[in-house]
Order: sequence, then structure tokens, then C-alpha cells
Amino acid sequence: MNPGAVLLLAAGTYAMRLAGPLLRKRITISERWERLLGIAATVLLGAFVVTGGAVEAGEFAGVARVGGVLVAGVLAFRGAPFVLVVLVAAAVTAVLRLAGVG
Amino acid sequence: MRSLWRTMRSLWSDKLIRDLAALIPALAVVAASLGAIAVTKGVPLWLITFTAAVVFAGGSEFMLVGLLTGGAAPATAVLGGLLLNARHFPYGLAVGDLLGSGWRRLVGSHLMIDEAVAFALAETTHARRRRAYWITGAALFITWVPSVLLGGLLGQALGDPNAFGLDAALPAAILALLVPSLRDAPTLRAVLAGAVLALVTTPVLPDGMPVMVALLGVALALPVRRSPEQEVAQ
Repeated sequence: MNPGAVLLLAAGTYAMRLAGPLLRKRITISERWERLLGIAATVLLGAFVVTGGAVEAGEFAGVARVGGVLVAGVLAFRGAPFVLVVLVAAAVTAVLRLAGVG
Repeated sequence: MRSLWRTMRSLWSDKLIRDLAALIPALAVVAASLGAIAVTKGVPLWLITFTAAVVFAGGSEFMLVGLLTGGAAPATAVLGGLLLNARHFPYGLAVGDLLGSGWRRLVGSHLMIDEAVAFALAETTHARRRRAYWITGAALFITWVPSVLLGGLLGQALGDPNAFGLDAALPAAILALLVPSLRDAPTLRAVLAGAVLALVTTPVLPDGMPVMVALLGVALALPVRRSPEQEVAQ
């Protein structure tokens, strides 16, 4: 991981955090735009979940990892606690690999 | 002992402190999993701890680690992280008056995270909002950074991360974080479309780019209505 990328992300994030308090007397952002930004961020995360779950270096990451993420997804949709979701994802993937599934 | 007990009881009768006490262990686990995942993917322990302190926006930290260790171009990873954090700008417009001015504004801006904004907006008076913002922001900062470090130390002791299925933990963690937003139908449509776009472009685009292409999926959420609560009210 590149320290320069970390610094750029940190500086940009801080700038966006500070801009609101500095500019709040001068502008208003419409609620529609606010929602659209929120949706865009969720779409990015969703795309990250499917690529991170199914792809490794441009290739299919294997049934074990996809299986782990799918089971975790079902648990998350049923309102399971975060810790459980993450642990089950890892456990299912590890067990599938132990059983020789790719 | 007696006065300590009394202090504890009066703290517990404070709803904000009670809510925080429930939130902090969960956040510590999220932070620890970020630290462990980063280290097992080869990120130096100091760098992920430093990232936690200077970025202090969990989702984008997970994303940065995932994209950069997955071979994406740094520019793509930074752009993705910034887009994800763009919500802090409207947050600042909403809660900016709680921060004060001068150095308080400079420090308070760095503590601006989803939970601090949510807890502040849930209060009714200016004084209570101000208190909720600062207590939440500060408490979560001093939880987040050491927990990332601790998780990284645990991760170092593990050995081959794939044997423990840790490569599935990162996408699963992010999925768990975004599930509540998927209950909104337009958001769900946009996310599904984005996910399909990302998957079909993966074989032809460089690493990290498919995630950006997914943004086209936002079109399926249009036209954006004001908010689900207002829909119900109307």
C-alpha cells in the first residue's frame, strides 16, 4: 500500500470535512444531491463487495471465497451482528478450502 | 467506592453514554478486523495505524486497503475513497455550527463521522447537540485508532491468512456495513446494476477501474426523491 495515496485520501477527506463548516453560511446543498451522493457511495461499496468477493488479480477467486461471502450476505440481511457476519465468512471459506473446494 | 458507583449510575442514566457503550465494542471489532486484514495483505502495521488516524473514515479505509493490495492504481483507490467520503461535505453544512471557531473548528472537523453526526442530529437543543457531537467523535476516535493497531498485531500472529478464510472477511465486512442502505429500493436497484457492470467489465479493464464503472448504476436510482421519510409523510 502506497503512503502517498493514504496522505492524498486523508487530505482530501479533511478538506471535504472542513468545507462544510467554513461554507455553511454561504451555500445550501439540496436534499436530492445529498441523497444522490449517498447512493453513489453505496454503489461503490457494492461494486467493491462483488469484485473483492469474486475476483483475485483479474481472475475468478474461487468457490470457497464466493461461498463465504454469500453466506455472510444472507446473515447480514437477516440482521446478524457484524462480528458474526465477518467470522462466518472467514469460517465458511476456510472450511470449504479444507474440504478441497477451490 | 460509593461515589464511583453513583458516578457510574448517573452515567448509565444518560442515553448518549448508553448508546455509545453499545456502539464502541462493535466499532472496536470493525477496526480490529481492518487492522488484521490490512496486515495479512502485506500492509505495514505502522501504515494502517497511521491511515486510521489521519483518514478516520472506516469505509474508505477498507476500500483503500482492498483496492491497493488488489493491484489497483493509487489514483483509482484515492478517487474511490474520496467519492465515498464526499458525504462529509453535506454533513459539515448540517452540523458546522456545533464545532465553534478557530482551533475547535479545525479539530472538530476531523472528528466528523457518520455516528457523531447522527447522534448530534438526534438531540433537540443546541447545547445537547454540541455535546453529543464532541463526545461521540472523540470517543470513537480514541476507540478506532488503537483497535486498528491491536487488530494488526493479532493479524501478524496468524500466518497464512487464506488458510483462515480471511480473504472473504473484507468483502463480507463491507457487505454487512452497507446492508441497511439496501432496504431503500432505488438504492438497491443502483447497487445491483453497479455490481453487474463491475463484474462484466472486470476481464477487460485494469484492476480498480470496474468499481468506478459501477457508478453508472446510479442512473437507475434516478429521479432521486427527497427522502423515504418524506414520501411516507406525503
